[in-house]
Amino acid sequence: MSLEVPGAIGGAARSAQRWDRFNALLGAVGIAAIAWLPFVDCKTSRIATGQPRSLFVSLAPGWAVAAAAALVLFAAVATFAANLRARLLCAVLGVVTVALAVGCAAAGLTPAGNRIARISPGIGCWLLLLAFALIAANALSRFRLTPAQRVLALLAAAGVAYMAFATGLFDHLSVMREYAVNAPSFAREARRHLLLALGSIAPAVLVGLPIGVLCQRIPPIRAATLQALNLIQTIPSIALFGILMVPLGALAAAHPLLGELGIRGIGAAPALLALFLYALLPVASSTVAGLGRVSAAAIDAARGMGLTNGQRLRQIELPLALPYILTGVRVVLVQNIGLATIAALIGGGGLGTFVFQGIGQTAIDLVLLGAIPIVLLGFSCAVLLGALIDVVQRMPP
Amino acid sequence: MIEIESLTKQYGPTVVVDAVSMSIVRGSIAVVVGTSGSGKSTLLRMINQLVLPTRGRVLIDGRDTATTPSHLLRRQIGYAIQGNGLFPHRTVAENIGTVPALLGWDAERIKARVAELLQIFQLEPAEYAGKFPHQLSGGQQQRVGVARALAAEPAVLLMDEPFGALDPIIRAKAQEDLIAIQKRFGTTVVMVTHDMDEAFRLGHRVGVMHAGRLLQYDRPAALLTNPKDAFVSRLTGIADRSLRLLSLISAAEAAEPGAGSGPAVTADTSLRDVLSYLLWQGARSATVLGADGSPAGNLTVDGILARGRPR
Repeated sequence: MSLEVPGAIGGAARSAQRWDRFNALLGAVGIAAIAWLPFVDCKTSRIATGQPRSLFVSLAPGWAVAAAAALVLFAAVATFAANLRARLLCAVLGVVTVALAVGCAAAGLTPAGNRIARISPGIGCWLLLLAFALIAANALSRFRLTPAQRVLALLAAAGVAYMAFATGLFDHLSVMREYAVNAPSFAREARRHLLLALGSIAPAVLVGLPIGVLCQRIPPIRAATLQALNLIQTIPSIALFGILMVPLGALAAAHPLLGELGIRGIGAAPALLALFLYALLPVASSTVAGLGRVSAAAIDAARGMGLTNGQRLRQIELPLALPYILTGVRVVLVQNIGLATIAALIGGGGLGTFVFQGIGQTAIDLVLLGAIPIVLLGFSCAVLLGALIDVVQRMPP
Repeated sequence: MIEIESLTKQYGPTVVVDAVSMSIVRGSIAVVVGTSGSGKSTLLRMINQLVLPTRGRVLIDGRDTATTPSHLLRRQIGYAIQGNGLFPHRTVAENIGTVPALLGWDAERIKARVAELLQIFQLEPAEYAGKFPHQLSGGQQQRVGVARALAAEPAVLLMDEPFGALDPIIRAKAQEDLIAIQKRFGTTVVMVTHDMDEAFRLGHRVGVMHAGRLLQYDRPAALLTNPKDAFVSRLTGIADRSLRLLSLISAAEAAEPGAGSGPAVTADTSLRDVLSYLLWQGARSATVLGADGSPAGNLTVDGILARGRPR
């Protein structure tokens, strides 16, 4: 409905303008990165200072020139091609080429049998990936994919990435070296991270939704309640995690049974509680906003036809507010996936464990081992919930 | 029969509806006109308890409505509003079936009733039942809104500026439909509008409200010929009241016996339209046709003009 974009950027105008300035800028950034910025950093150990290497001295000369030429070609086509499919294809090929090049470079630059040396992607490599990913996203957004197509695209990308990891393409990259060392705990912490993020959302929806409904129904309590929830949002996450340790610790000390159930000053309990509190405001306020957008005429008609207050809420107001409420849930989901990182600081586990270990050891690769999955997790959840929102918004338009 | 007895609504010191009494005969159309802020909508909304009266009461067929729980009362009273208030997430059939579903009708009966109403409102059930409101034109949405209000066969239908958002041509059609349907079901209709023409066209009785008070409640012709208040004559229009009066009288009512020689008009044409037609034709008299299409009476310009004066 309101999400439909008319004309120029809509799917109706699938043949793009003559050339795309945004893509041109991104392409230029990519080409500059190839020319002047290090493609990989070589370190003799995980904490040594890196030796930057450009693309041309990272691969065998013939391959390096071929890779550079291919990347320039892809950037040019993505900028100037009239056909959106060609743009998308070139952007995807660009990402694949960069991934192949960095994987091969790491394999080639690692001395045989050396398990201490670390080859990590350089700033140029990251910029190239970013540029092509943005061009791809730009093209994808113009296709105006259906929700199912978006989920399929996400699954396809995940499948390709999984294949790349499974074939060992990146095994010589520093992040994967860290993964090899931490493989057993990685799976455990990833599960813990999801548990923290999702486990805090579910109760937040169960509590935040009724709070939102009450705030919308009873205006006098609206301002005070939303202000209070807003106040929680302004507490820095580390502080909130810390604050909660005190009462939960005292509780566990007073009732040892609770402590045995996991409700302690440190660990998952304060982390879950903090994430739950952070999630309340977006859920409650998007419920208030969603209910507020239901047409006054529909509400008047519902009352006038004899729906009770409960029937009106369940049958008319909540279904019509659902897209807005889900938008709030999407916000908190992405927010909590990021915030759950902090849980590691108070013994709550999660992928933050690697981030803070890495910071402690000044091992940036270990930081990335935690950070990259967090970003990908957040992105995937945003796409999935975005698709769900479109489904509920379109099905009953 | 709806009896409204000194109904009053006060918000703090502000009196929105001031001791209004009126009675509406079963099976008739009562229209309340007034400017915005006159209290006409509040009056209407007190009938189905969307607004609770400060004082006074409403009796429907002798029963005080205050004795029935509000939501149950409303399920017995049809309610159609401006901008139709259709539920955007429900299909046309689901919208129309709202009150029958609340009343616990079985699915077959609801389906049959929805199909019947769609037929009456000239919307092919097979095509329209499954559509969503946003897929309909404004006129179609409005028809579905009225069909929804009539779904549970209510004896009373309340309408709050139901045609206010329609363009003049569609509005005229909607008014014709309403007259036909009201005759067919014998529904008692209470409508509020700010459109004087609409009130005169539809109302068996028309009430004029101003500043919360019901100034006059009478047959349309009486409002024109015998206004009780300066505001009433201002609202009904001084300049064209003679023409308004003519528009209330049908050719059959005014026809004199004997076949005339002038151009033919049908029995239900209003005198205003006959006069206009004669002016256009340059004729002095018209032949009124009976139901079977044979000449049944004669109308002269002088005879029409005599009808345009208070008697």
